[in-house]
Amino acid sequence: MPEILDVQGLSVDYLMPKGDVRAVDDVSFGLDRGEFLAIVGESGCGKSTLLFAVAQLLAPPAEVTAGTVTFEGTSLVGLTDKELAAVRWRNLSVVMQSAMNALNPVKSIGAQFKDALRAHGKPGKAEIAARSAEVLRMVGIDPVHLKSYPHQLSGGMRQRSMIAMAMLFTPDLIIMDEPTSALDVVAQRALMVQIKELQREFGFAVIFVTHDMSLVSHFSDRLMVMYAGQVDEIGDTRDIFERPRHPYTKGLLEAFPSIRGPKIPLRGIPGNPPDLARLPAGCRFQPRCPVAFEACSDTEPELCSVTGGAGGRSPASQQSSLVRCLRAKEDA
Amino acid sequence: MTELLKVDRLTRHFKIGNALSRRTLHAVDDVSFSIGSREIVALAGESGSGKSTIARLLARVYPPTSGTITFDGRDVARFRSRRDQLRYSGEVPMVFQDPFASINPVFRVSHGVLRSLKLHRPELSGPARMTEAARVFDVVGLKPDMLHRFPYELSGGQRQRVGFAQALAMKPKLILADEPVSMLDVSIRIGLLNMMTSLRDEQGVSVLYITHDIASARYVADRLIVMYAGQIAEQGPIEDVLTAPKHPYTQLLLSAVPDPKAPLSDVADRGEPPRVIDPAPGCRFRWRCPLAIGTCQTVTPALVPLTPGSPGSPSHEVACHVAQTGAEVRAFVS
Repeated sequence: MPEILDVQGLSVDYLMPKGDVRAVDDVSFGLDRGEFLAIVGESGCGKSTLLFAVAQLLAPPAEVTAGTVTFEGTSLVGLTDKELAAVRWRNLSVVMQSAMNALNPVKSIGAQFKDALRAHGKPGKAEIAARSAEVLRMVGIDPVHLKSYPHQLSGGMRQRSMIAMAMLFTPDLIIMDEPTSALDVVAQRALMVQIKELQREFGFAVIFVTHDMSLVSHFSDRLMVMYAGQVDEIGDTRDIFERPRHPYTKGLLEAFPSIRGPKIPLRGIPGNPPDLARLPAGCRFQPRCPVAFEACSDTEPELCSVTGGAGGRSPASQQSSLVRCLRAKEDA
Repeated sequence: MTELLKVDRLTRHFKIGNALSRRTLHAVDDVSFSIGSREIVALAGESGSGKSTIARLLARVYPPTSGTITFDGRDVARFRSRRDQLRYSGEVPMVFQDPFASINPVFRVSHGVLRSLKLHRPELSGPARMTEAARVFDVVGLKPDMLHRFPYELSGGQRQRVGFAQALAMKPKLILADEPVSMLDVSIRIGLLNMMTSLRDEQGVSVLYITHDIASARYVADRLIVMYAGQIAEQGPIEDVLTAPKHPYTQLLLSAVPDPKAPLSDVADRGEPPRVIDPAPGCRFRWRCPLAIGTCQTVTPALVPLTPGSPGSPSHEVACHVAQTGAEVRAFVS
């Protein structure tokens, strides 16, 4: 069993008057101490809903309808807010997408740190000041900025201070939802390197959600590709980049141009992701798939283990790669 | 290639602060470049480098503090009559970054296209306008029945195509595209980029493609202009600039592009934006530049060609004292 987080058969439904829409469908994965898991997929594939379900932040009409989330041995599903408050931020924290909106614009950074510290512990004044300055220094921002308001900081600094806030209690797991999406390339790269350094120093595990697969290629240990609410492929990051098995993963990898090598015309992935309320029969990717055959339109593929993989960096318990594709199963 | 648009020493300052602390933000400082017909020019730089200000100056959202914009041989500032202004805004339309905010949600998507047709091409009758709207939808890769949809029924990629269709309806010569794909998923960006190249190749439209994504710029553009802190750091034919970047900032930008195929480069730069409020003379990149020399502290480098250009091939120009001495610049290795 994974040390930090174990998600088994998790499904999330949006309860709508016209019928329930399943945004996350039977997702299972585990996370070990200090591991970096990247989740990639297009908008609407359920990656953010999955994060919210793991952190127990779902609000109606969304609801966990099946499955378990076990964090450090305790099941999180069904805990009361009071019980969750003991876990949240102390052991598990979340960095939201676009820090421009996630920080309170009328409060200084220091005041927001104090709020988080007071909500989850009972620290003294001196302790608050010391810890706030310490975490800000960890992410490379001068502690004088505790007095600054969000608008006085650059986008990169705001995103860094969000990460500093997530580290106030040195949690075991930090969940990040597209933390770099509002930044330009140079700031983005700097932030990724920073997250990796902090992780090496403090040993927390990271779940990192992004739609840009190229971003995590050098940073994540394992990679999970989601499509239409399901896991399409999960495995060692380098292995997936070198040998993508699912046609969707291949499509994602070929969707971005490179600054090196010959200039080749790209096609991207034609079509749009399916409407979750009206899923196609068989494989969910089949209408967009370049290599689909007859069986794909009536058989729903299972997530199967494919052997191989050079071993990679991930711990022994997680080594096998899983792929949801009839053709990949045939090839293997 | 004939010259379509020419920008000469374009400058735009913004006054900030109150009457007592009068300060000036130099958003665009002394920028000169040109765009030819049937050419995609990429304008790259980080947030705050002035690239969107240039687009707004070209779209006449506000006038320049100084400098001139010449379009088709005529000074844009002299367009005083409504006819001239309308014609210019039809020939140089803009496509915005956020397709979720730039289309009116209460009307069908045909509304924007038909309105701009009515305003800019009054010679067309009602049915002819509808045919023309269907034609431009076809050009951008949308089915004509999409015209009757509401924006909420369309995906992000389709909405951005609607943005391009609106621009195309006015028979433009130059489209100002301000980060047109940055809000879209990586998987559908390529479709829009392919559409932009086909606009150039088949419709003969030029595009000013504003972006911070160098890889996508390389994919579509003929020429690259790299901006830093309101000034041009480097410009030239895109392959020349990318294979032999001369400005340390261009090298930094290139080294930061995520590339799964290449090993991770080791760059310590934090990506902090430059200060452009009342800047003192000197190179604006000197605070972040590992190669800065004495001259960089006091003299603002001018944009100087490294190789003489000819009418067929525009020259590769750089604004860096170190590069101009002829020394090899290796500030950030990618």
